[in-house]
Amino acid sequence: MSEQTLLMGAVAYDPKVVTIWEGFRGWLRDSGLPFDFVLYSNYERQVEDLVAGRISAAWNSPLAWLRAQRLAGAAERTVRAAAMRDTDRDLTSVVVVRADSDVSSLADLRGRTIAVGAVDSPQATLIPLAHLQSAGLRQGAGLTVHRYDVGVGLHGDHVGGERAAAAALAAGKVEAACMIDANHLAFIREGTLAPDATRILSQTAPYDHCNMTLVDTAPEELATRFIDLLLAMSYADPQVRPLLDLEGLRTWQVGRTSGYAQLDAAVDQSGFYDDRGRVTAAEYAP
Amino acid sequence: MTTARLDLDRLGFDHGAHLLVDRALRALPGGGRLRVTGSDPALGVHLRGWCRERGHVFAVDPVAGFEIEPGPAERQRLTGAERAGGARPEEIVRHPPAHWGLAARGALVEAGGPSPGWFDLADRDVLWADLAPRLYAHAAAAQWDPATAVAWNASFELADDIEAAVVQVMTYLVENEQAALVIPARLLSRVHPHFREVQQLLAVQAADEARHVEVFTRRALLRGSAMGTSSAGGRASLASLLAEPDFTLASFLLSVLGEGSFLALLAFLDEHAPDPVTRQVARLARVDEARHVAFGVAHLEHQAALDPTLRGRLRSSIERRHDALANTAGLNADVFDALVVLAAGEWTPAAIARGYRAVQAMSRAMDDGRRQRLARLGFPPDEAAELSALHTRNFM
Repeated sequence: MSEQTLLMGAVAYDPKVVTIWEGFRGWLRDSGLPFDFVLYSNYERQVEDLVAGRISAAWNSPLAWLRAQRLAGAAERTVRAAAMRDTDRDLTSVVVVRADSDVSSLADLRGRTIAVGAVDSPQATLIPLAHLQSAGLRQGAGLTVHRYDVGVGLHGDHVGGERAAAAALAAGKVEAACMIDANHLAFIREGTLAPDATRILSQTAPYDHCNMTLVDTAPEELATRFIDLLLAMSYADPQVRPLLDLEGLRTWQVGRTSGYAQLDAAVDQSGFYDDRGRVTAAEYAP
Repeated sequence: MTTARLDLDRLGFDHGAHLLVDRALRALPGGGRLRVTGSDPALGVHLRGWCRERGHVFAVDPVAGFEIEPGPAERQRLTGAERAGGARPEEIVRHPPAHWGLAARGALVEAGGPSPGWFDLADRDVLWADLAPRLYAHAAAAQWDPATAVAWNASFELADDIEAAVVQVMTYLVENEQAALVIPARLLSRVHPHFREVQQLLAVQAADEARHVEVFTRRALLRGSAMGTSSAGGRASLASLLAEPDFTLASFLLSVLGEGSFLALLAFLDEHAPDPVTRQVARLARVDEARHVAFGVAHLEHQAALDPTLRGRLRSSIERRHDALANTAGLNADVFDALVVLAAGEWTPAAIARGYRAVQAMSRAMDDGRRQRLARLGFPPDEAAELSALHTRNFM
């Protein structure tokens, strides 16, 4: 079957992942592509299987993409970011304080406590901590970090850690919290944060998020058709529109790798992976 | 290329700014862009995230504020959308598709979404009667409150065995009204919501029957705490009504024949009831039942005009039900006797004879009514008489 079928991996960070990929699978098969997917409980196992050639494609978090690149380099394989959602481009993270806080710049956070998401969250932990470090603030050296490890191994896809960090800020347990730009508004709308009760202290530069990674062992013709079909999915198509809504995109776009430098530097800085893609992060057990 | 401007002043996305941005984007000409300014400190952060989620291109304007290039998604959402017929009753379509589902009639329906299979009654010619909207309006206006519409405290004295006869008749009525409640309720859940006036009418009909169940039960228990008997034959007769899955035939058997016969029964109770409460509950129920019969007849007249085979199917449904009930007792003997006693009002030979005659007259009135209604549906008089005679002995 594997010779005839393009096999993709996805991480089951939420039950809706089944709905999404069963829907996409139906549409792709109706469009003539022999396609199937397997679900992983965490991204580390998914990228290991990708580089080992057990799957041809992986719907990867940005951190998983960086590890796939490093693992592939060490194994003399290549991977490419073939497609991404429109919503994966140009995200930013923000550092938020309470509105009445006396903190008015990153430097004022010296000696304070900040909440971040899960240990492996690019958007709520790795990128914001690198951002703080560029302002001279490091954990243990002028900054106390409270980490909210929810859904470890899911690379921050599970919003729980980010929400817990925001809730800690609202409850006065910490003096700042890190989150994606859009989640600041989402947390206000859902009530985790009260309107007007917080202030955005700082915003990172834009970065990119997930991508559909292909490994060079993938059957070339099927892989090309797979990406072409993703790019052809239209929001005007009533069959796929609910799936696109569920997956949080309007269009698939050609993958680009220009938006991962910030996270790449953060991974090196924090020693999350070594240059051969081995997991070297402390306190990380997906 | 047009660049429109929108100043949000101090309004932030945490207080609804997206509404103004959305409105300004909708007003843009093709290829236009929107420059947004405002003094909310979080505006840039929130606008960026909001645009990303909606597929708009966001950029920080080098001069001031932010620039948005609208994406096509909001327009694409309505690709293939269609109107679910017209809003007014005269604009209904003959076969509304399943995927219109619960959408309001006349709404602009986004393509996609479920095609529920449970609205299988979806043919105008099977369901509709032009009278339905007017009957519904009348029914909605004629609802009464069981707590206040009946003078429950009216004073009267009845001998114990006359009271027992009333309780037996009420017990029988409750059983029949329960069938009359369940049947429209089951049908209404299958009616395509496009025919909303039919749904509404059936809903009010079910609500009418719910009130009837209440007032008949309350009258039964007005002076005591025990109900009367329920016969196997009576329940078999009602079960054969519930077993009819066809909307037209169920409506025929229940409303035209069953409830039609009940009109005579309720008129009998109104005339001969030994107490004012029994008289009042019978009179209130009769007004409602007359409306149910009117819809049943109107609906079948409409259909008979369109479908020449209808009368043959109606005839078969009566015959089938008659055959199914041939070996059952029909009317609960306790009920028949109770009707006689109730109309007699006292235990003298003359009174019993009077009561007996009244019940016989009621049976003739039922038969007359059925024959008249069958004639309205186009049955010749001899066939109407023959079919009326085959109607269940249980009345309903």
